[in-house]
Amino acid sequence: MSTTTTAPKPGTPQPGTTRIQGSSAKPVTWKIPILLAALGLVAFVFFGVMGPNQTAKFGISSAGDFFQLPVIEVPAFLAGIVLSVVLLGLAGYAVYLKTRNQSAPRWLPIAFIVVFVVAFLIWLVGGARTPNISLAGLIAGSVTLAVPLVFGSLSGVLCERVGVVNIAIEGQLLGGAFTAAIVASITKNPFIGLLAAALAGAVVSVVLALFSIKYLVNQIIVGVVLNVLVSGLTGFMFSTVMQADPEQFNSPDRLPIVDIPVLSSIPLIGPILFRQSVVGYLMYIAVIVVWIGLFKTKWGLRVRAVGEHPEAADTMGIKVNATRFWNVTLGGAIAGIGGSFFTLVAIDSFTKEISGGRGFIALAALIFGRWNPIGAFFAALLFGFADNLQSIVTIIGTPVPSQFMAMLPYLVTVLAVAGLVGRSRPPAASGIPYVKG
Amino acid sequence: MVRVLKLELKGITKRFGSLLANDHIDVVVEPGQIHCLLGENGAGKSTLMNVLYGLYEPTDGEILIDGKPVSFRGPGDAMAAGIGMVHQHFMLVPVFTVAENVALGAEATKAGGFLNLDDTRRKIKEISDRYGFDVDPDALVEDLPVGVQQRVEIIKALVRDAKVLILDEPTAVLTPQDTDELLDIMRQLKSSGTSIVFISHKLREVKAVSDTITVIRRGKVVGTAAPGASTTELASMMVGRSVSLTLDKEPAQPKETTFEVRDLTVIAPSGQHVVDGISFSIARGEILAVAGVQGNGQTELTEAILGLQERVHGSILLDGKELLGRSVKEVLRAGVGFVPEDRKVDGLIGTFSIAENLVLDLYDQSPFAKGIGMSPAKVLENATSRIGEFDIRTPSGSLAAGTLSGGNQQKVVMARELSRPLRLFIASQPTRGVDVGSIEFLHRRIVAERDNGTPVMIVSTELDEVMELADRIAVLYKGKLVGTVPAGTSRDVLGLMMAGLSPEEAAHADRAHHDGSPDDGSSPEPSTSRAEGGDHV
Amino acid sequence: MSEKHKHVADNHSKKPPKSTKANDSNNGTNAADAPAPAEDTASAVSLDTAGGAMGPSAVPVSAMSGTLPGGPDTLLRRIFTGSGMVSLLAVLLALILGGLLIASTDKQVGATATYFFARPTDFLLAVWNAATRSYVALFQGSVFNPRGNTAAAQFAPFMETLTIATPLITAGLGVALAFRAGLFNIGAQGQIIMAGILAAWAGFALHLPLGLHLLLVLVAGIIGGAIWGGLVGYLKARTGAHEVILTIMFNYIALYFLRYLLNTPAFQRPGETNPISPILDPTAVYPQIFGTQYRLHLGFVLAIAATVLVWWLLNRSTIGFEFRAVGANPKAALTAGINVPRATILVMALAGALAGMSGVAQVAGTEKVLTDGVAATYGFDAITVALLGRSTPWGTFAAGLLFGAFRAGAVQMQIQTGTPIDIVLVVQSLIVLFIAAPPLVRAVFGLNPRRKKTATAGKSTTAATTGGAA
Repeated sequence: MSTTTTAPKPGTPQPGTTRIQGSSAKPVTWKIPILLAALGLVAFVFFGVMGPNQTAKFGISSAGDFFQLPVIEVPAFLAGIVLSVVLLGLAGYAVYLKTRNQSAPRWLPIAFIVVFVVAFLIWLVGGARTPNISLAGLIAGSVTLAVPLVFGSLSGVLCERVGVVNIAIEGQLLGGAFTAAIVASITKNPFIGLLAAALAGAVVSVVLALFSIKYLVNQIIVGVVLNVLVSGLTGFMFSTVMQADPEQFNSPDRLPIVDIPVLSSIPLIGPILFRQSVVGYLMYIAVIVVWIGLFKTKWGLRVRAVGEHPEAADTMGIKVNATRFWNVTLGGAIAGIGGSFFTLVAIDSFTKEISGGRGFIALAALIFGRWNPIGAFFAALLFGFADNLQSIVTIIGTPVPSQFMAMLPYLVTVLAVAGLVGRSRPPAASGIPYVKG
Repeated sequence: MVRVLKLELKGITKRFGSLLANDHIDVVVEPGQIHCLLGENGAGKSTLMNVLYGLYEPTDGEILIDGKPVSFRGPGDAMAAGIGMVHQHFMLVPVFTVAENVALGAEATKAGGFLNLDDTRRKIKEISDRYGFDVDPDALVEDLPVGVQQRVEIIKALVRDAKVLILDEPTAVLTPQDTDELLDIMRQLKSSGTSIVFISHKLREVKAVSDTITVIRRGKVVGTAAPGASTTELASMMVGRSVSLTLDKEPAQPKETTFEVRDLTVIAPSGQHVVDGISFSIARGEILAVAGVQGNGQTELTEAILGLQERVHGSILLDGKELLGRSVKEVLRAGVGFVPEDRKVDGLIGTFSIAENLVLDLYDQSPFAKGIGMSPAKVLENATSRIGEFDIRTPSGSLAAGTLSGGNQQKVVMARELSRPLRLFIASQPTRGVDVGSIEFLHRRIVAERDNGTPVMIVSTELDEVMELADRIAVLYKGKLVGTVPAGTSRDVLGLMMAGLSPEEAAHADRAHHDGSPDDGSSPEPSTSRAEGGDHV
Repeated sequence: MSEKHKHVADNHSKKPPKSTKANDSNNGTNAADAPAPAEDTASAVSLDTAGGAMGPSAVPVSAMSGTLPGGPDTLLRRIFTGSGMVSLLAVLLALILGGLLIASTDKQVGATATYFFARPTDFLLAVWNAATRSYVALFQGSVFNPRGNTAAAQFAPFMETLTIATPLITAGLGVALAFRAGLFNIGAQGQIIMAGILAAWAGFALHLPLGLHLLLVLVAGIIGGAIWGGLVGYLKARTGAHEVILTIMFNYIALYFLRYLLNTPAFQRPGETNPISPILDPTAVYPQIFGTQYRLHLGFVLAIAATVLVWWLLNRSTIGFEFRAVGANPKAALTAGINVPRATILVMALAGALAGMSGVAQVAGTEKVLTDGVAATYGFDAITVALLGRSTPWGTFAAGLLFGAFRAGAVQMQIQTGTPIDIVLVVQSLIVLFIAAPPLVRAVFGLNPRRKKTATAGKSTTAATTGGAA
């Protein structure tokens, strides 16, 4: 009657075996309540007690608007006190929930961030030499600066969701920017330049895919090296070709700003949503399409399965590596379009390293946005906001050095990955090559 | 009984490099049959099934369905041909819902490629109702118990209209009771016309459900048998020699108790009490075996003793000194020898040489190190003597440990842990995935360590191993100690305890079961045959 | 990417599926109770690393394998093995592609291309000329210049190569050391910057006697780098955050911090509006080794010393044993009583310290002032240096020399032939890409014996050389 003493295959218990004991209640940590309370205190001391005594003025209408709204005037000191009390209240609520062993609801940290940013902005402007900024301009500028970040992070989302880490976003953006400039210059048509940019981004991705999927080279290595390669190639071509004849090779026409009548005149949101370049409109479309695609379609289900558990996908007849290859390529194309923003929208020529490390901010946005297209979009907006604020800070003369504003996205990302701002879980198979058999 | 199909494997050969995993294997699965592939671990059963399922391309040979040769370029083709497979390691995406997992690869869509999961949910309900599975289509797979996950796997195959269902070692992760339920499900499936290829090395289960048994050894078919064949006969076919491998072991002569665990509780990051208020003690010269189905707290228990777990309450006393709260290094220095359950993950560094692996927890001790400087010569010297002592089959100690076979790798771990004076020896799954020859050797070394006067703790999910080695048996269920029973306790009682019954309840239920339905197919054989069996493998 | 190293109870359930296969396939070899055949072994080993529960290390497995009993893995030895051959071919292939790129933008080539079908030899000759002209200039700018008037002038390029190689070597060692512990240190750039800040400040703000001053500058720089690296190690050990993301972000934080400082009175040179620091005291700079005619400074000697030290540390010390163990299999290291968080912090601090030496070499060796370009691209180049050197100390040293030569020669090449320096980036990155993908290189040179066979063999080798992914 006996059986053998040889144990089951070595290897590991199944996913879920350790959860045999039913309840999978997530632990409630002190991290978030403590962090919120600390930030609340910082806000109270700096924005409140030590807050500036001026009145901060925020213009919310721009000249061509449908109807004009009055300038908002905020007494900075009072607002600082009120808002930081609100922040402390939110932190207190989180602490209260923790004492009852409940985790904070999702809206809480988001509300906290929003209020904090508002308080920060009022403090910043209130303490400036000229306490007066155009909020409309600030927001519109943030969105504009966020465009390449959004495209870049969407590329990252597509790649990581399918299990390939994309450190090469920077290279894809740069490749897109260069190709857009040169092709648009030669063809005298920025739209062809736009298409060429997508193609260039896709080519960078193909190399990433080829080396990481076919040759199983570590994906981070390929990404890092690709950034150097693209930087070298574009720099080389810039010096040899573009600078030899800038007229012919580096003077692309800009993509026109498409102004949707009436709608674009709505104060505040009009310019953001309805006065954009083609690339700007494409950004909104891309975010929505990628989100729907990933979470509502057959394609997305397969993509996510490949990124989470490639073997399972394989046994269900899904071609893991082909799925990865095409997804990574698509991601590259999207980042390439983002790159065209630099040379076809922002300015009308290419220079070396024009992407200026924004690929890495896009990477940060994708992590901060928790591998979700919508999350990445808002994270990119936040980082674009910080970027924009950096230049405004220099103009209106605030106590905060502009370098610290520039540092902000990176600091926020460090906090995010260190788990201080909620835990983020990347796709389980991200970065792991799939070898059959 | 829509469509039944006959499946034939003819001369299937599969080579990995110079390794011949399958050597001209012929198997015929008749429609509506439960056909068992019986064989040891590593005999080539899983490889064969992966060939059948289109995951591997056979080096040679062909697959015929209803007499027509087919070639599968991937699992998609196999599924289309009516073959479904439940893998030993479940192929489920943990963060997906049941419905999403079932839909994956054969998604119903609305216009524009949008998922239509309602359709999948309906099918899951249908199958779930027909076979009495209790599966919620919208539950996240990672939240489900193993048994339910396995049903999801079966549903996946049935939704795809599988006519032949391959079950690869399906009972490895189940309690004896869950196993019985699975065997029932298999019979039900059979009666509704599905053929089943059942892969197992557990004779009891095989005999209980099979219509035909094909025995595979070292990649070859060594014969077929009827389910009526005797256990000894099957076992010797499977292993390739007549087996009488009961360990010669003197009765234990326990001395004073030097190791004691009191009210030990381990809290997982999820907040669960994965080890829940356990107390036990082990005397010098005694082997305590901890039995239980995988995932009932054994791993956490051993890790807690070693100092690898973070949230631990209670007390762990060795020679009267508290181990709790000390670092792993301090625990090892206190004389604890530890063989982890998964040597590849915890026990060895595959890319390190055998010599380095043999000093993995001694590298900073004399004579291997002086200050922070190491002596490679001493490390190699040590390797040479251990390799001889433990009969590790390798040309050189400077080869990477990953190049060794499973049995030899385990010997490396065991040699390392037994090479210093021990006050406590803990071995988790000491012979998992190890060939028969090495098992004997390893078991003898464990008993020798006991006879040296060391308290020994063995953790195993294999009842046979537990029964063979133990002087006393402790059974864990859901992190709690169900009870500690003497070595001679019957397999059935232990099985019931592994499902959570106390020793008394288990003994009672066991008697009732035998009185009630002696001829039930799944009922264990009378205990006499076990006593005289001596056919442990 | 973040949580992989965290030790959690349900570790098993998170394990990448691959490992089961690895076990499976290796298990198949149990039947024969002898060492598995070599080929099968390769795949088993590689899969093992690719699929362990730990974040698979970034380290070339070949580099991680224990070299302890087998003697040092010398450069010479590797050249005569297969991987050494592949490395050479990879460099060759990268140079060829670089040459084609140079030719593609050459005017003569463009002209001859217009009548390519009439006289293809003209075109090919033009291509050859364009490429070789640049490479000859590169060689003359980096190794030996026959047109120099004196022997000293003839060897000047080589001295320049050594000078530029100095920060590449030390930063490369920092990256390599972290690699060996399974950590991807993309942060040499930031570590150089932080080291540069502290070293420069000690150099221009303090005024101390000769010897002591330089020592202090060196120590300050090393500490600066060590803190910046160690902080990453600390965050990784404490929170499980992925070091790739952390180091990338830390690079930028360091850069903006430096830019901020250079606009403060404490760091900005008096009377200067540009962000530039005062010049370091003469007592604070490295002496020039071969006199004032060459820029080569004491930092190079320290780089050699660092290489020896890292070699000893990795191959002959308990600390290195711990690092390698953590890098190869952190779970097994943990089970063997190795303090993995401590090793993580320590190795990142040491990596930062090594990169910090590059920062010192910059401010106290070649630049003698602090600007926001103090790190140039040395931090990123260091990654390619470490990869080319396969994360071994002497390999990294050699790779540092090679890339130093590229850098030094490229300046001369640009002056002589107008070929932009950027070509070096291209060649450098191509070399690393090719080295990481031996099957590709072998395929290009037609060294793959049989079509079918190579596909599988290639796969396992590559996996082995890259150790899965992070």
